[in-house]
Amino acid sequence: MLGFGLIKGLSVTFRNLFSPVFTIQYPDKRVGVFGLAKSKNKSVLDLFKENPKQILIAALGMAKVKVKIEQFPRFRGNEFVWYDDRCTACASCAKYCPLGIIEIVTHASEENLQAGGNYAIEKFDIDTGRCMFCGLCVEACPYDALHMGTDFEKGNYHRSKLVLDKETLISQVKNPSSWFRPQFEENEYDPWTSEVSDSKAAGRHEKPNDEKIKQNWVNKRKFNG
Amino acid sequence: MFEFIYNILDFSIDLFIKDMKFENYILTALTGIIIAFAIINGVLGGVLALIWGERRLLGRFQQRTGPNRWGPQGILTSTADAIKVMFKEDIVPEEADKYIFNVAPLLLVIPVFIIFSVIPFGISLYAVDINVSVLFILAVTSISGLSIICAAWASANRIAIFSALRSVAMLISYEIPVGLSLVGILLICESMSVMDIVIYQKIPFILIQPVAAMVFFLGSLAEINRTPFDLTEAESELAAGYQNDYSGMKWGLFYLGEFAAAIAAATVFSTLFLGGPNGPILPGIFWLTIKVIAILFVIIWIRASWPRFRIDQVLNLAWKGLFELTLVNIIVTSIAVIIWTDGEANRLIYIGLANWIFAFPFVFLIFKMLKTKNYESDNKKLIRYPVGSDTPKFHKEKN
Repeated sequence: MLGFGLIKGLSVTFRNLFSPVFTIQYPDKRVGVFGLAKSKNKSVLDLFKENPKQILIAALGMAKVKVKIEQFPRFRGNEFVWYDDRCTACASCAKYCPLGIIEIVTHASEENLQAGGNYAIEKFDIDTGRCMFCGLCVEACPYDALHMGTDFEKGNYHRSKLVLDKETLISQVKNPSSWFRPQFEENEYDPWTSEVSDSKAAGRHEKPNDEKIKQNWVNKRKFNG
Repeated sequence: MFEFIYNILDFSIDLFIKDMKFENYILTALTGIIIAFAIINGVLGGVLALIWGERRLLGRFQQRTGPNRWGPQGILTSTADAIKVMFKEDIVPEEADKYIFNVAPLLLVIPVFIIFSVIPFGISLYAVDINVSVLFILAVTSISGLSIICAAWASANRIAIFSALRSVAMLISYEIPVGLSLVGILLICESMSVMDIVIYQKIPFILIQPVAAMVFFLGSLAEINRTPFDLTEAESELAAGYQNDYSGMKWGLFYLGEFAAAIAAATVFSTLFLGGPNGPILPGIFWLTIKVIAILFVIIWIRASWPRFRIDQVLNLAWKGLFELTLVNIIVTSIAVIIWTDGEANRLIYIGLANWIFAFPFVFLIFKMLKTKNYESDNKKLIRYPVGSDTPKFHKEKN
């Protein structure tokens, strides 16, 4: 019928009017009363008793809730994870880095620190302000001491603060990315919910035996076909 | 309540007319200022709300959130924008004709506010009641075309001129169907006063004059340069159109004028075709607001859904479609008015029925004639791509 196309177009947009919104609000989102209660895992009444002003603000739709966007576990993020007890100061990472932003200063130590290593580390700096996150340093590490991080909210007003030195690398929260570290993916490790503070918990990637390789192939086939 | 306050104000005007004393003169002047203040601020507030509402609704139509940062649900977004626009640098091009360049935005804004002076916001709540107010509305709305051509000419920009020529061509062609579509109403009411039309509308005229309502709605969309007739500001072709060289508050005035014109068009449509302030229980001004908001929603909805016309299609629609429809509407209505004269019972219902039966089918008939040919199906030289190859296979021409 004539004019039916126009009405059809109108009906499509009208249906969209009541469909859910696809926008992801970041870094915070505006929520109503129920959204606020849900984000804090409390009932509306409890929240009202605690902080009635907050509920009022939420009723106007002005309450803010922080949003964290989850990336894929293999995301190559900022904030490198470095286990100092594994590191032998071989400086492979510094050699492989195409930008030359890893600086390692060592001195020969008398004691046998780790198996195969007798260097004490004085300085281990990564200048993430110039890093391009290619991950070659992580690939090069023979002892799985260095991992990529998962964070990306490290904006700063000073370039000097972007340099990760030895102390920060040791003390910071360790959420290693599973990039080039298959052992994490095998354990179904999720960097957004759990952290790996200990090098023993991080594990090493072992060469799979024949049966496992076969199983992998079968799984792949299943996935493809 | 509004009407009560207004009656007090109205009383002072009557005093002045009866008894021309100095005190009464001041009182009348004060009353006029109060009414003007109320109308201008109401419309300005409405514009701010409309900008926010349009952006928010368009967002929802496209499954986005829309602006939601400033104030509750983002309602202060347009206010923040307005403040920003006021403090922006005002650039006047060197080649520009400065006087006309500065006057053009005002020419767009002021007539829009003048329209509201003749519109009744309640049964006895109006600024002035002119006996030819329908003509007044038609005359004042067409000043916007002058403003647009002034702005484009003064800014010495060829893209602006293209946009203005389109706009003026559209305005001139749509002024005729819009004007003629109101003839039916004038015939029924036997008056040109908007007040009389509103009082006469026991049944909304959209039910009695369906063709006229359709033509008037489309025509007013074209006159306020809205989708699907927004060729004046077709971004992909003309950038910002006639406002290309404007910046700062002058651009802000254009923006304000356009949105105020949308509100004005919705208000005029709802007073003439939806019964204006007529309605049960609630006071008239609320009914008018509800109707205006409903019409604005439809306008935004159309903007979210329909594509833009080409300029030749727009003019074709006006001259070959809407113009004929208004003629049909006038003929049918005038015959019906002669048959069922004023004072007869159920007169409006009979005239409405006549319109629905004899005039409405012409909408389909005339638009079927307007329908453009599908050239692709006529073209015998169809390009076909055989399966799995990138080279097209041409049909051999038959000689």
